[in-house]
Amino acid sequence: MSDQTVLEVHRYLPDEDAEPRFQSYEVTYKEKWVVLDAMNHIKAEIDPTLSFRWSCRMGICGSCGMMVNGEPKLTCETFIRDYHPDTIKVEPLTHFPVVRDLVINMEDFMEKLPSVSPWLIPAEDEPLEDGEHQQTPAQVAQYQRFSMCINCMLCYSACPVYGLDSTFTGPAALALAQRYNLDSRDDGHGHRAGVVTAHEGIWECTYVGECTQVCPKGVDPAGAIQMLKLSYALDWAKSLVMPRGGRT
Amino acid sequence: MSQELTRPLPRTWWLKKASYFLFMIRELTSLAVFAYALLLILALWTAGADASFSTFYTFLNSPVSVWLHVVVLALALFHTGTWIALTPKVMVLWRDDERVEPDLIAGVTAILFLMVTGGVLWLTLA
Repeated sequence: MSDQTVLEVHRYLPDEDAEPRFQSYEVTYKEKWVVLDAMNHIKAEIDPTLSFRWSCRMGICGSCGMMVNGEPKLTCETFIRDYHPDTIKVEPLTHFPVVRDLVINMEDFMEKLPSVSPWLIPAEDEPLEDGEHQQTPAQVAQYQRFSMCINCMLCYSACPVYGLDSTFTGPAALALAQRYNLDSRDDGHGHRAGVVTAHEGIWECTYVGECTQVCPKGVDPAGAIQMLKLSYALDWAKSLVMPRGGRT
Repeated sequence: MSQELTRPLPRTWWLKKASYFLFMIRELTSLAVFAYALLLILALWTAGADASFSTFYTFLNSPVSVWLHVVVLALALFHTGTWIALTPKVMVLWRDDERVEPDLIAGVTAILFLMVTGGVLWLTLA
């Protein structure tokens, strides 16, 4: 078996390149290396001009998302041995503008994330002296899986709807909206309706389901969006049956 | 300011991955259901006149029609399968602190689907 690994890396230097290109780098094959280890080796030992984002190296910060052989992956948990001896193609996350090499512009995502009001909106403000808001394990279980998002944007990269129409609020932001809607301490369901049920919101999702497949934290954004659709559709149906909201 | 690189999605994006292709097939199944709805309306339309219904009935018995029915049935079953798979994502049930297994919800939905389908078949063929 070959003791070398070849990485074909997407290069784009906006001040020098009119078009992107691929550059091949050959590194020694190491069974315990992840793709990010190889990228860091290239940057430190072979080509210091290569640019990419990374931080924690342990699947927590969500910074090192890239396309590995066409699939959105966290490169810090994508082992080279799973591809060896094949060439590994590394590209920036799709559907986002590229600033340089593998660095994407995440501004659009950073604007969308707070648009769903991802914080607790209580029915009434309670004074601090009343102590903490306690929850039972069952109440926590309702929303916990949707709270594991690390904002890595792999789901946006996997979503063709976002690729075709970048006005779509997108999987991670909508899953976060559902995370707070399901929280027993929250009463912001109605407050979030404006953004969540807008044309660019849940109804734009056609349930391709790839966001859930690529999520490294098992968040299931596709499921969250379908739950939101049902929840807000029921609200609409109730408003037809009881226009005054059931109050007399 | 440096120029950012934009990469529009090609029109053939849905051919690049099996899951994207299956998604597109699922969406296209709606056309088959629409076509079958038109066929049923045509059946009702011709039901009043013996001559035209006879022509329609002859068409229904033709090999082309039988094959069309087989294709539409296959597409409708595929679409139904995707709905059954979707059910536990939308209908999240809890037993105390434990989430009811998604496969159980999908399984019960599939059994209900088969029972209702069997009932309709029994009513129409009996």
